[in-house]
Amino acid sequence: MKRRFADLHLQPNLDNLEQTKTMIMKASELGYSLVAVPLPTVSTEIFAQRLRAACREARVDFASRLDLKPKTAKELLHQLRKFRRKVEIIAVICDSKAVARQAAKDHRVDILNFPKVDPRRRFFDKAEAELASNSLAAFEIDVKTLITLKGPAKIRLLSVLKREAAIAKEFHVPIVVSSGATNELFMRKPLEMAALTSLFDLDKPTALNAVSKIPLTIVKRNREKLNPNFIAPGIRLVRKGSDCQ
Amino acid sequence: MKAKVRRRYLALKIDSNEKFDSKEFIDTVWNTLLRLYGEYGASKAGLTLIDYDVEKGLAVIRAAHTEVEKVRTAIASITEINAKPVAMHVLTISGTLKTLRRKLRATT
Repeated sequence: MKRRFADLHLQPNLDNLEQTKTMIMKASELGYSLVAVPLPTVSTEIFAQRLRAACREARVDFASRLDLKPKTAKELLHQLRKFRRKVEIIAVICDSKAVARQAAKDHRVDILNFPKVDPRRRFFDKAEAELASNSLAAFEIDVKTLITLKGPAKIRLLSVLKREAAIAKEFHVPIVVSSGATNELFMRKPLEMAALTSLFDLDKPTALNAVSKIPLTIVKRNREKLNPNFIAPGIRLVRKGSDCQ
Repeated sequence: MKAKVRRRYLALKIDSNEKFDSKEFIDTVWNTLLRLYGEYGASKAGLTLIDYDVEKGLAVIRAAHTEVEKVRTAIASITEINAKPVAMHVLTISGTLKTLRRKLRATT
């Protein structure tokens, strides 16, 4: 069967509908069958509908995503309670160690994202990986940071990513490779994204899964959970009311 | 007896609002390859520009078959040519120019 690819982190300017549509069209052209765009916390459903329509036009599947940027662990818990049932993917932008730890151990978090380039401001170590592996949270790597940096900053990032990817593999934490693109010139084909991961020693099967199987599994799992007939993993309502007789 | 050198031909699409000549293009690919893999790594790639269409933004390059993934990585890393924003995509890869052109015709 032909492999399907997903880019879970397109970051167009949502106020610019034309640019958003161009990026979605480009994703379809590059061979993606599913894209996710982080939505704002206000008017989430309005933006989601608009994006869903644009994706339908481009013949790609759309997954709603929310990037939570809490300052404290308590704030993260509050936001998770508020938004978990509203979107298909919840990603946490980990800017502090406390937030990173709380996000890694919470089953409601799908993706952990570490945007900082400074190694001291990235918190994906063995303890974090162990928590994440128990809660099924995935570790996301944005390719945009990797391709835009130059010189010593890029070397430092590659060295950190090499260590983090090895830790993720050791603790069986799923890795998701996304574009993180803010315009269409930062978007790459799925095989190109997989090729870029060789810079931090990710083997080819893992790299391909990071742009196809892992993100698609996350979306599938969450769609099942958001289905009104879902009761628990593996249990769903088949019939109710008069249908049971 | 000297073993036959196996090569791969890569068709590339240059995505940009600007136009670049062939020298600017191949220099950028070489420089990116050099920056990522060093002189030794770049020397193994056996990179050669075969064909370049400025108007369509299409290029065909040749590389050693063992180094195709490195070349693909280098091409994906390119974000600008002469400080002008650009993206490059590998359209197709083939072992001979004849099949490459056939594949290209089929995709376009």
